Amino acid sequence: MKARGKVHKYGDNVDTDVIIPARYLNTADMQELAKHCMEDIDIDFAKNVKQGDIMVGEANFGCGSSREHAPAAIKASGISCVIAKTFARIFYRNAINIGLPIIECEEAAEKIEAGDDVEIDFETGVITDHTKGETYQGQSFPEFLINIINSNGLLNSLK
Amino acid sequence: MIIKGFILMGMTMTQKILAAHAGLDSVKAGQLIMADLDLVLGNDVTSPVAINEFNKAGFTDIFDKNKVTMVMDHFAPNKDIKAAAQCKQCRDFCGKYDITNFFDVGDMGIEHALLPEKGLVAPGDCVIGADSHTCTYGALGAFSTGIGSTDMCAGMAKGKTWFKVPGAIKFNIIGKLPKYSAAKDVILHIIGMIGVDGALYKSMEFSGEGLVNLSMEDRLCMANMAIEAGAKNGIFAVDSVTLDYIKDKVNREYKIFEADADAEYEAEYTIDLSTIKPTVAFPHLPENTKTFDQIDKVVIDQVVIGSCTNGRIEDLRCAAEILKDKHIAKNVRCIVIPATQKVYMQAMKEGLLEIFINAGCAVSTPTCGPCLGGHMGILAKGERAVATTNRNFVGRMGHPESEVYLASPYVAAASAVAGTIAQPSDIM
Repeated sequence: MKARGKVHKYGDNVDTDVIIPARYLNTADMQELAKHCMEDIDIDFAKNVKQGDIMVGEANFGCGSSREHAPAAIKASGISCVIAKTFARIFYRNAINIGLPIIECEEAAEKIEAGDDVEIDFETGVITDHTKGETYQGQSFPEFLINIINSNGLLNSLK
Repeated sequence: MIIKGFILMGMTMTQKILAAHAGLDSVKAGQLIMADLDLVLGNDVTSPVAINEFNKAGFTDIFDKNKVTMVMDHFAPNKDIKAAAQCKQCRDFCGKYDITNFFDVGDMGIEHALLPEKGLVAPGDCVIGADSHTCTYGALGAFSTGIGSTDMCAGMAKGKTWFKVPGAIKFNIIGKLPKYSAAKDVILHIIGMIGVDGALYKSMEFSGEGLVNLSMEDRLCMANMAIEAGAKNGIFAVDSVTLDYIKDKVNREYKIFEADADAEYEAEYTIDLSTIKPTVAFPHLPENTKTFDQIDKVVIDQVVIGSCTNGRIEDLRCAAEILKDKHIAKNVRCIVIPATQKVYMQAMKEGLLEIFINAGCAVSTPTCGPCLGGHMGILAKGERAVATTNRNFVGRMGHPESEVYLASPYVAAASAVAGTIAQPSDIM
């Protein structure tokens, strides 16, 4: 199982309020929320993002609120994987539960730049930056996580 | 303790609670466990997503109608048609499954002020809530943590969830707070010291001889903001203050857990309350803390006194002490939001609401409202607010180019009077 796409790059402490501002949380329609994803720090994100693209942040990605709307909006916007040095714990759990692949890798998060063409192999945890011609070793996904992601979320995987 | 040649380290308070709820004699940091839940919470923003998932998954019942609770507090009273539809969805779901503790406009309060007040959380409980500030109940000596809507859904259906057992950081509390320093200053000081990811994935465990000098409301404020240091939970040792608080609220059995003397901590800090000064977290992270010797003149447009962090009666008393016989500055709006109906009523009886209104403040029915930029006090581009809330992220209270400064009720009230960020000694 792999993901490959163009990188949208952000810094430390990307919080759930900038991922999806609370002023839009009067709906649980994730396609609608995707239109506003990241807009407070990257006004053109929704316009520029393409299906399969990859998001890269640095430390403590997804800190703040427990809103599942945050990983769901990222996923609905077309992002196929988020790479970061570290994730805030509720975001980490939520992302897995809704079937958004996320992977911790300090080196990749530091070196990968916006616009790079990056590929992730979830079974091995290998992250390849095709633009730079470099590879980085992230944590691989155990089978139950692959199963959750292939099933499009925790609840589907339990059926 | 030595069993079969292995030395078992003692457990932290959190680890003991998790072990008991997983039916295990002991657990260690990093271990994955399945735990029984005493309470599953949601609000009007997170519950609709959980309900959609519940229905899609084909669940036909909840695990216990007394152990699921929903509080309509974020965009309630309904701020618009979509918010009204979300509250209605929760109301209909709670009606269908006969959920006992559904709190709607009129008897609701901000969830994390309301649940302890209603006696719904007891020491030793294991609680999950689809709201990151669910960590508040650690003040009562419970394990309590925020989760997302999918986990809420599974928790409602099965009464269980999985956890990775956290390690812990110990905060040894000594001394007593000086006049005009508050619990909010203590937790801001700690977040400033360890950073917004300083306790990532870990427990923050508070104990020590100075604990007795922190009221239950102080502890609720501090545990509330454990998430702002990235913590999985914040937890306070149970003592006479805890037992005194719950005695007329909790009418069921509960169990008190204590950390083992040889429990393993990843770090230990001593916090001397007597050294804590009024503290303000500058935009756009709770870790950007400054004390007043580091603060130049900052002109403000709005003050918010309320939220799950600082909307309780003692907070309103502090604000009223500053605002009594004074008027807020011209060009400042000050919005006071009692966190629950009980707090509102008590503030009315004590004459606090009169003090606020005479000082030029607006007083609102309980709601999370402006804290998360929902309604009831949104900021325009370029505006600044001093707020007793818990987050100052970009766009948190309105326009992405507005600013939120986090502070105690004393500092917020003093700032409202001064029209600039101020501490009580600046205006008294």
